[in-house]
Amino acid sequence: MNAGDTVFVLMSAAMVMLMTPGLALFYGGMVRNKNVLGTLMQSFVILGIITLQWVLWGYSISFGPDLGGFLGNLEWFGLKGVGMDPSPNYGSTIPHVAFMIFQCMFAIITPALITGAFAERMKFGSFLVFVILWATLVYDPLCHWVWAAGGWIGKMGALDFAGGTVVHISSGTSALAAAIIIGKRRGYGSIAYIPHNLPMTVTGAALLWFGWFGFNAGSALAANGLAASAFMVTHISSACAALSWMGMEWIHRKKPTTLGAVSGAVAGLVAITPASGFVGPLSAVIIGLFAGIICYGGIMLKSKLGYDDSLDVVGIHGLGGIWGALATGLFANTAINPNGADGLFFGNPVQLLVQFISVMVTMVFAFFVTWIILKFINMIMGLRITDEEEEKGLDLSLHNETGYSF
Amino acid sequence: MKKIEAIIKPFKLDDVKEGLSVLGIKGLTVSEVKGFGRQRGHKEIYRGAEYEVDFVPKIKLEIVVDDDQVESVVKIIQGKAQTGKIGDGKIFIISIEEAIRIRTGEKGQDAI
Repeated sequence: MNAGDTVFVLMSAAMVMLMTPGLALFYGGMVRNKNVLGTLMQSFVILGIITLQWVLWGYSISFGPDLGGFLGNLEWFGLKGVGMDPSPNYGSTIPHVAFMIFQCMFAIITPALITGAFAERMKFGSFLVFVILWATLVYDPLCHWVWAAGGWIGKMGALDFAGGTVVHISSGTSALAAAIIIGKRRGYGSIAYIPHNLPMTVTGAALLWFGWFGFNAGSALAANGLAASAFMVTHISSACAALSWMGMEWIHRKKPTTLGAVSGAVAGLVAITPASGFVGPLSAVIIGLFAGIICYGGIMLKSKLGYDDSLDVVGIHGLGGIWGALATGLFANTAINPNGADGLFFGNPVQLLVQFISVMVTMVFAFFVTWIILKFINMIMGLRITDEEEEKGLDLSLHNETGYSF
Repeated sequence: MKKIEAIIKPFKLDDVKEGLSVLGIKGLTVSEVKGFGRQRGHKEIYRGAEYEVDFVPKIKLEIVVDDDQVESVVKIIQGKAQTGKIGDGKIFIISIEEAIRIRTGEKGQDAI
């Protein structure tokens, strides 16, 4: 056991925790003022509900003793046997509970990311049921496949340092399914959905950027050189993507926007996530620059395809995650992390294929299981609030309160 | 008594207020309003989605004065709020039947 590593992982867990309220602000600023609390609430309540799910069965399904590479068994139900001694598989120098609570924060933010796709129109009760089912049937199994000892995608050699597939591609593709099933907001195409408080969005993006150091560097599970390297490339990618998104916008729409710069920063953070423990600084520059360009392009495409992914979860987390996972197959370098692998540009083209398979599997799995979960909930309890409630706004019609009173 | 209602550009509010206090105006009411006239709206772009915003933010000033002050107040507002570009706003003059000070019950000119 190492005191430095333990402190580092616990602090990282606290930083990742802060990302979820940060995300709430990031999203909250982009909706209309009648929906601000309902939007903040969707992220915030996940802190409660997934913590409970994780403690009871989520952690055990994700990281518990392996069943055929596909699931953990329920031996660790209620954290039975998850103690203060290190686990042999997950961070050999830190208490097992430290690893567990660090991972808990990841399980929390991932479903919160999806909420952007159905912003301003989902029933609260149905939303809670969705979150529990999604965490249990999509997140926990995927997490097992990629990160748990014995998980089949991890065994195949796919590299995902901090959650490109598990967190971003899974939430991004689930968001696509959700946006399609729940349908467009009232007045789509005829009324303007102008963000009501962009300073709130910028504050949220700043908290995300800050927390992401815990997310990526913390995933080293030790206070060492690899953690420092992951910290550095995380920062570089975010910075470059903020610039490239802004630049694209400047060329394409004649004005650089604040929303564009912060969206780019988040896209850069998403893209570097799977690669952060495997790539060097110049690779991070390229990953970041392309993240801003690709995600900006994806968002332009959305209006052509006609689905209402309200806050662009598909464009940023889906596309950014796919780019990041594939880029890991291009730029990974064993000189940075000898426990990783070399990518295409370092003489190992097979890695790109492995990454591609992990991307496809994650997309197909997340999309279809989410589709089934939402169809099921829609059948038994409905997904959407009534037209009247939507008109009034989530804050008043679902929570009996308003964000701003005169 | 007359009420002078003026819709002006928000950034001209301070100039107008300065001008009016020199004139000895004792009170006025200001509200943030939105609307359109010949200026129409403007374009806003959020993540590539382009919206026409028809309603432009303006400031509405309301001042109640004696009949003999109307001309000088109007002159100040028109002089101070003018930029010469479209969207400078409008001034309306409305007759007031009665004014009452809530604290004392004074009426008419004494109340304003």
